Amino acid sequence: MAETQTIPAETLLRTPLHARHVALGARMVPFAGYDMPVQYPTGILAEHLWTRENAGLFDVSHMGQAFLIGPDHETTARALEALAPADFVGLKPAQQRYSQFLNDEGGILDDFMVARSPDPAEDGVLALVVNAACKEQDYAHLAARLPKSVRLLRADRRALLALQGPKAAEVLARHCPDTADMAFMTVRTTRFDGIPVNVSRSGYTGEDGYEISVANAHADEIASALLRAPEVKPIGLGARDSLRLEAGLCLYGHDIDTTTSPVEASLVWSMQKRRREEGGFPGADRIRRELAEGVARRRVGILPEGKAPAREGTEIADAEGRVIGTVTSGGFGPSIGGPVAMGYVEAASAEVGTAVQLMVRGKALPARIVPMPFVPQRYFRGPSA
Amino acid sequence: MAETRYTKDHEYIRIEGDTAVVGITDYAQSQLGDVVFVELPEIGKSVGKGDEAAVVESVKAASEVYAPVSGEVTAVNSALEASPGTVNEDPLGSGWFVKLRISDASELSGLMSEDEYKAFVSTLS
Repeated sequence: MAETQTIPAETLLRTPLHARHVALGARMVPFAGYDMPVQYPTGILAEHLWTRENAGLFDVSHMGQAFLIGPDHETTARALEALAPADFVGLKPAQQRYSQFLNDEGGILDDFMVARSPDPAEDGVLALVVNAACKEQDYAHLAARLPKSVRLLRADRRALLALQGPKAAEVLARHCPDTADMAFMTVRTTRFDGIPVNVSRSGYTGEDGYEISVANAHADEIASALLRAPEVKPIGLGARDSLRLEAGLCLYGHDIDTTTSPVEASLVWSMQKRRREEGGFPGADRIRRELAEGVARRRVGILPEGKAPAREGTEIADAEGRVIGTVTSGGFGPSIGGPVAMGYVEAASAEVGTAVQLMVRGKALPARIVPMPFVPQRYFRGPSA
Repeated sequence: MAETRYTKDHEYIRIEGDTAVVGITDYAQSQLGDVVFVELPEIGKSVGKGDEAAVVESVKAASEVYAPVSGEVTAVNSALEASPGTVNEDPLGSGWFVKLRISDASELSGLMSEDEYKAFVSTLS
């Protein structure tokens, strides 16, 4: 048994829910500079399955929340379009979108969610959620590149709670009824038992669910109210990772980074047609070339045929044993009941159904390229007409 | 009576005559979390003290199980391949990994007794 390295807890940042995690018996680990719960006493398997069947509450307050504030939507959206390849001008009020900050070579600096304010009085405001480990460099990047008419406002005193799973909607509706009919990837400003909150119907699990942004001072009240529901259990970062892997979602720093483009990362869907055609974002030349001519490697889903998990860094070989890529995320998928992985392979071997071999501890284990997600997405697309 | 010794890497070795049963301690399984996969060596394999004897994987990570002493693998707990969770449920009993024929009994003296191991675990946060 190898020892894990320990970092002194006192140097780590804490979210407003830290004391609650400790009281719940969580195992705390350093993550992106924060002391975060990796699991609660029931363990990752139970937490993962609970979230898929009921509702899980995740503390994601370590993530970076910020606003871009400009004179009108068009100005703010154009400023963001200069840094990321999605269509932000076309966002309707309350609509949310996934995108990536790109460097001048078209590599991914970070991925993020952005929402247009639902409030007409806040025309020109976009709300960002960025990765915890990237937030300082993201903010510096934005500060250096935004035009004078658009400013960055950090929302460092806001917590973020994710409520995910098929029972999330009925639980949240007990505290804020107007969230029940929200469609996937929309946001709403509302109240949770009287507390002002910004709610988005999105998440990182593949399930229906919400992310609730709230002032730090009220975060524990909301967590406490949600955890009183019998449908809700607290879920740590361990299950968050296995849930997102089964959902086929990228983890920054693992599945995407400055060396991967959105085309290689199979994120073309997140670059709307107008942007792909017009360009006007960092690295547009590379991305348009990759779209026209194809890529040398591509992110794919990989299903090992046996029971052994293939972890990040595992070499992927073709049927003849030639190395054609690397696993970037891999582990055990509790809902699949076996190993799942994603990684990059040469484009010629990226077709669904291709047989590959995973080099695990010196042995070649059979696997094949499969479509992602590994589990069906169960997003709420809106009230039926 | 069977005597059990412990390593700083949280393996136990229970001596039963000239055979020894090797597994991981309750502390180790609780630190690992849910065990989802176990890889066992071939019967007949010779392992040196500190060599990898098996692999245990939780949802999050893979860890090695090291041989506490040198010996030859005489049996493996194949039941773990179908139900790896047994390592969590009964690490000292039915969750054992391998049996070794000890080649150098003097290596046992370098391992911790149960009291020493308990004291060692209490120093870990």
